[in-house]
Amino acid sequence: MHAKFLGAAGMLAISALLAGPAMAETTKIDFWFGNTGDIAKRVQEQCDRFNKSQSDYEVVCTSQGSYDASLQNTIAAFRAGKQPTIAQVSDAGTLDIMLSGAFYPANKLMADMGYNVDWNDYFSGIKSYYATSKGDMYSFPFNSSTPLLYWNKDAFAKIGKDHAPATWEEAAEDFKALKAAGYACPLGFNISRDEIWQYGEQFMAVHGEPIATKRNGYEGLDAELVFNKGLWVKYIKDLKGWYDNGEAVLKSKETGQTFVEAFAAGDCQVILTSVGDHGNIGRTAKPGMNWGVAMLPVYAGTERKHSFVGGASLWVLSGKSDAEYKGAAAFFNFIAKPEEALEWSTVTGYIPVRNSGYDYLVKEGFYEKAPYAGRELAIKSLTASPADDAKSYPGIRLGGLLQIRQEMANGLQAIFINNADVQTSLDEAAARGNQILRRFEQTYKGKQLP
Amino acid sequence: MEKRATFSSTTIGLLFVAPMLLLIFVFFYWPSGQALYWAFTLEQPWGGGNQWVGFQNFQQLLADPVYWNSVVRSLVFALASTVIAMGLALVLALFTDRELRFHRAYRSVLVWPYAIAAPALGLAFRFILAPEAGLLSVINHLSPGLWNPALDGTDAMIAIVIAFSWKYIGYNFIFFLSALASIPRSLTEAAAMDGAGPARRILDIQLPLLTPTLFFLLVINITESFQDSFGIVDIMTQGGPARATELMVYKIYFDGFKGLDYSGAAAQSIILMLLVILLTVVQFRFIERRVHYK
Repeated sequence: MHAKFLGAAGMLAISALLAGPAMAETTKIDFWFGNTGDIAKRVQEQCDRFNKSQSDYEVVCTSQGSYDASLQNTIAAFRAGKQPTIAQVSDAGTLDIMLSGAFYPANKLMADMGYNVDWNDYFSGIKSYYATSKGDMYSFPFNSSTPLLYWNKDAFAKIGKDHAPATWEEAAEDFKALKAAGYACPLGFNISRDEIWQYGEQFMAVHGEPIATKRNGYEGLDAELVFNKGLWVKYIKDLKGWYDNGEAVLKSKETGQTFVEAFAAGDCQVILTSVGDHGNIGRTAKPGMNWGVAMLPVYAGTERKHSFVGGASLWVLSGKSDAEYKGAAAFFNFIAKPEEALEWSTVTGYIPVRNSGYDYLVKEGFYEKAPYAGRELAIKSLTASPADDAKSYPGIRLGGLLQIRQEMANGLQAIFINNADVQTSLDEAAARGNQILRRFEQTYKGKQLP
Repeated sequence: MEKRATFSSTTIGLLFVAPMLLLIFVFFYWPSGQALYWAFTLEQPWGGGNQWVGFQNFQQLLADPVYWNSVVRSLVFALASTVIAMGLALVLALFTDRELRFHRAYRSVLVWPYAIAAPALGLAFRFILAPEAGLLSVINHLSPGLWNPALDGTDAMIAIVIAFSWKYIGYNFIFFLSALASIPRSLTEAAAMDGAGPARRILDIQLPLLTPTLFFLLVINITESFQDSFGIVDIMTQGGPARATELMVYKIYFDGFKGLDYSGAAAQSIILMLLVILLTVVQFRFIERRVHYK
């Protein structure tokens, strides 16, 4: 017994000796992201899975409260020399960080750390949004989405329809019929900065219309906004018409119910929102409600182009140690696994970002299961045309895009709330947006787009 | 030998104020200096470098109708909220100062609002003033669509004025109450015996003796309405709808933090600082002359 005890103590001492140095070798890396609520929990779970999968690295994942806050905090930390290793930056912040020079390009990182990544495995519409004009991926697409049209099948059955509108002309008829059938809110929408994404940028994307010259800014910082000169003007006029007839209703947090909540409650019959809301609506929809999704409508006679990716990508910041970069690369390698893509898409509603991940989901029968059916339309929408198609746009590469979205939102608010003239308001928004672009161009004078 | 020779009183004095001076330097002068520098440059958000642009940032602002919009909105907001916050506080103070039943309880209750943080307050008022379920929804039942701060700029302005004034009523109330308490009872009692009614006593005795407090609160309220309104605007309206509640302080935040235009925001903060200084100087030069100090 005495010997046994000594033996046990010896074993303990040995394992402590062994464990000591091993513990010290665990490299901690910080990962700051902007998602909150349920998605934040899912990010955390992914981090935990990575940490459990190996013992060399520990990734510490911290939500910063919002995309905006995540970017602000990362910039502040970077300026103070205390930046995290990995930071999530939303689609709109891509150019700002691309020009900063404050990061370690994703493709270089993976190559330097000995990983062989097939960058062409990314969906072309996702890749083109985050890659340079030469096709180099500087960041890792992470939580990717694209907007869809959500429709209430029960309400449409009341007006004798069994499919969602494919064109805006058809949608206009449907809204009128729904209104006549007694529905108070055929289309629920909002016009704050966040919704410019689906009502502005994505509208122009699927119609193959430019938002700005120079291929939406990809070919130079001297691009100018042209959203006030194309089909979007007609769309806003139509939307205003539906609004004035009470067929489109403004729903926002400030009016007491967001349009997503209004749809889930059965109050609004059609909304446009991110596929990222698919899971959320599935969980919160009124019991027994039949609903479905469809690709964004286009105007009749339009050749549909691919929609843009939304959400955010992960950037590796410069100024960290080699060990930390090894950890970051290991983390990216981990989340790129098809099984992770499946898990991530299951719990969030975001789409897989690679063909291989998508194929794996299809093979596993993911899109055939009731709560997930329809999400494959997001992939169809993103790949409706090749990203290098001359008549479509690879994405948006404009400085100060968040401010430009705000100008567009203010233009829309003037139209919808103050009854300002559509063309005049959009012209003003474009003029103000151009001032922002010129200011951005001057701030980065002498710098070239990569 | 002189025992006090070790420290001159100046050194001790400096020693005592040193922590405060340090704090003021770190949290006020340093950032202000940085802002002043940025206001004359174009600063790259990630710190990659900047360039000197002289007065360009200011010229662009002053030529921008949207910037002037925020100036006008700020002045309207300052005027409305100061009048309401001070007027109501004064009325409440005059009432509670009289020997009513439970006046001690009233006093405590009225002081509380000031202790509430602006975001919590904004959130509470967002619910209270919601057009469909809030207190003012009664108006919408009488005449549909009459009250809707999410869709009507005037309503939105009224909403933030209500929220902001509500907070400062409590603050102003404390000052008015203590000022009233310092007015000797004998004055009002003598006036009462001479046949002066409550209104006359307030107008001829209490108000004139309150002027130093009125003046002090005027300066504080106007200054705070320019600066402390941020939390309420951010929670309740985010400057909307259609820029109707975009106050100067909110525009600084938006351009600087959301838009990453550090230089533009710095130039705006310099202008805001000058405006507040100017208003304070004007108040001291012209209004203070009418103030009767005892």
